[in-house]
Amino acid sequence: MGIDRRKFLKIAGVSSLVTLGGGASLLALNSPAGASHGEVEHHAEGEEVKAPEKGVKRWGMVIDMRKCSEHKDCTKCIDACHYVHNVPHFENRKEEVKWIWKEEYEKAFTDIGTLHKYNPKEIVEEKFLCLCNHCDHPPCVRVCPTKATFRRPDGIVAMDYHRCIGCRFCMAACPYGSRSFNWKDPRLGLRGRKLNPEFPTRMRGVVEKCNFCVERLAQGLKPACVEACPDGVLVFGDLNDPDSEIRKVLAENYTVRRKPELGTAPSVFYII
Amino acid sequence: MIEKALHGSSKYWAWLAFLGVLIALGGACYLYQLKHGLGITGMSRDVSWGVYIAQFTYLVGVAAGAVMLVIPELLHRYHTYEKVVVFGEFLAIAAVTMCLLFIVVDIGQPARLFNVLLHPTPNSILFWDMIVLNGYLLINIIVGYNTLLSNYKRVPVPKWVKFFAYVSIPWAFSIHTVTAFLYCGLPGRHSWLTAIMAPRFLASAFAAGPALLIILLLIVRKVSKFDPGDRALQSIAKTVCYAMIANLFFVALELFTAFYSNIPGHMHGLKYLFWGLKEHGHLYDQLVPWMRSAMLLGLVGIGILLIPPLRRQTKFLVIACAAIVYSTWADKGVGLVIGGFVPNPFEEVMEYHPTFPEISIAIGIWAVGAFILTVLYKVAIAVREQELS
Amino acid sequence: MYDAGKIIIGLLIFAGFMTFPLWYNGGKAAPIPEPKVLTKGKCVEDTAYMRAAHMQLLNEWRDQALRDGNREYVNHRGEKVWISLQNTCMKCHSNKDEFCDRCHTYAEVKPYCWDCHYTPKESKKWASTEGNS
Repeated sequence: MGIDRRKFLKIAGVSSLVTLGGGASLLALNSPAGASHGEVEHHAEGEEVKAPEKGVKRWGMVIDMRKCSEHKDCTKCIDACHYVHNVPHFENRKEEVKWIWKEEYEKAFTDIGTLHKYNPKEIVEEKFLCLCNHCDHPPCVRVCPTKATFRRPDGIVAMDYHRCIGCRFCMAACPYGSRSFNWKDPRLGLRGRKLNPEFPTRMRGVVEKCNFCVERLAQGLKPACVEACPDGVLVFGDLNDPDSEIRKVLAENYTVRRKPELGTAPSVFYII
Repeated sequence: MIEKALHGSSKYWAWLAFLGVLIALGGACYLYQLKHGLGITGMSRDVSWGVYIAQFTYLVGVAAGAVMLVIPELLHRYHTYEKVVVFGEFLAIAAVTMCLLFIVVDIGQPARLFNVLLHPTPNSILFWDMIVLNGYLLINIIVGYNTLLSNYKRVPVPKWVKFFAYVSIPWAFSIHTVTAFLYCGLPGRHSWLTAIMAPRFLASAFAAGPALLIILLLIVRKVSKFDPGDRALQSIAKTVCYAMIANLFFVALELFTAFYSNIPGHMHGLKYLFWGLKEHGHLYDQLVPWMRSAMLLGLVGIGILLIPPLRRQTKFLVIACAAIVYSTWADKGVGLVIGGFVPNPFEEVMEYHPTFPEISIAIGIWAVGAFILTVLYKVAIAVREQELS
Repeated sequence: MYDAGKIIIGLLIFAGFMTFPLWYNGGKAAPIPEPKVLTKGKCVEDTAYMRAAHMQLLNEWRDQALRDGNREYVNHRGEKVWISLQNTCMKCHSNKDEFCDRCHTYAEVKPYCWDCHYTPKESKKWASTEGNS
């Protein structure tokens, strides 16, 4: 009975290896692929703020709801985006695919402390534009088992539809409901609609979402939604450039983001 | 040894044929799903995982449950389990196989499944789940097959097999811990974002797996000359009882934290599961009967198993085990996954209704598991009967 | 040899199945198709190279454009080319059925490019481009 020295050493050795391995893998899990290790600072909401590297762009967007809510029935940005990217249209909500859409205040900002029943009626009834937040710490990228969704150095959370296996882990991980799955052949949802022949469709069985018009940025164009808006609601630009228009807007206005307490650090800002 | 599976009574063949029919039906529905996509299921943009992933999660637990026999037998030299451990290992093989099949049918692009290996991504928990599940399958095949082969040849079990049996112990814990990590590491899903997800999974696994095993062993006793022995069955039943108490205790902890803290996000998921959520004047409560009956039958099971005179009667033992299998299944195989998606990130309720082809595919996979289990048990029974002669 | 008769019959059946394509076609091979080229201009790389390695090139292009964000390709002639299957390759080779499909069908390969990428002509099969947007 009892453990002899040899046995004890064996057990101790194996268990310390396991512990070390576990610790090391936790560290590995904590550093998302592609994230740069700049200077970090502790922040009230728990999110790490990195000093930008020189010459690196960081795309972001400001949505000015003061201007947007003056045109309640306007869907120009949504139409432009969905046309430019051949986003399929399905009537059945179950099969819905969308990249940018409108959502009530209380649905878009579920957890933020500013919601109460005494808010101005205009705000409560406003329809907020929702799209992929292109987070600094995107949970979708963290969980993807094939790197089919990944964060580019310029902050865009991109999708590689060629590689996506359709496991939908990213949809469970996204706290913003920004991702859609192609439950059906998306081309069935394009029947009778005008196509943009310059852009592909997707295929059945992959997840899709807003790409911040990465294909247009590559050609020096602005995102389709920004270009389509006649009222200057959407301001798009480089958050790392202190002289950019978007930084000016952010400096001059009080802006909020969706679910900041989750530490995802969205790059889409709202002026309420 | 394997050829023993080819000699059986007409009842044995009829049972396999019946399972074959279910498998064929499920296979046909899967071909239909391959042709038209996952749109034929009830899953949606809001509830993006359904029956498949729920069954997967439950069966990982059943597979991990086998370790509740391996630990006493191996670490505590509790030889009462000597002859029945292999039945636990074979149950694990069937369960893990079903798990892998449920993943395959849930994937939108199954032809690209190997992208997980081509582009290994250690920051994805799914990557680790793939590793631990396949590893556990392999370990159980190695240990189960070689142990039985040694019994068949009437030689002692080789030392190297013992090594893998030891490895299987932490490995069993790992499969269900990693599976819990799939859920509990996601920032926006309140119902899943809980540190006791992994212990809760393990507790429910150590109740569900052994409870199912007791039922299976009682069937084995009925259809063969091999008797697992009352002592073994009663010991497993005690394990089931304690694990189930821990499981329900964890559920109570979840309820306390959510409702005493009064944080809406944490309450909504549980409210939906146990009381239903009201939206636009409509009460969405389709999971309420499942969850309430799960809790009730869980308590009934515990009650029976806690009273020795009841537990010792086969009839009550079966009732208790069946109640616990149902309870854990409804909790994990129905409520957990769907409850995590309702309400959705916009705090809207979008309910999920599985479709006929979806359920047929799930039944087909369960039938595959039952088929594998029957064949493996047939071999094990033959070896055990040979030992008696 | 035990069961010689059964084994030999089995082998004959096996050989028959294996050689089925040969004798079914009467020893004649199907004619090698020639892809039809519509434009007179030069392709991004030489014809011989494209024939042999277009799939590798497209694989590289895909990862470069999509994953690395580099949408410019410099070919062996030193010219810059905009990386895009749909907007570069298929602008010239707009006759997918006569260019791509011909050889792919002959070689029995089914690339999944066309699940997403298309030519305007191809898209008429599944979307009416004259639609109301």
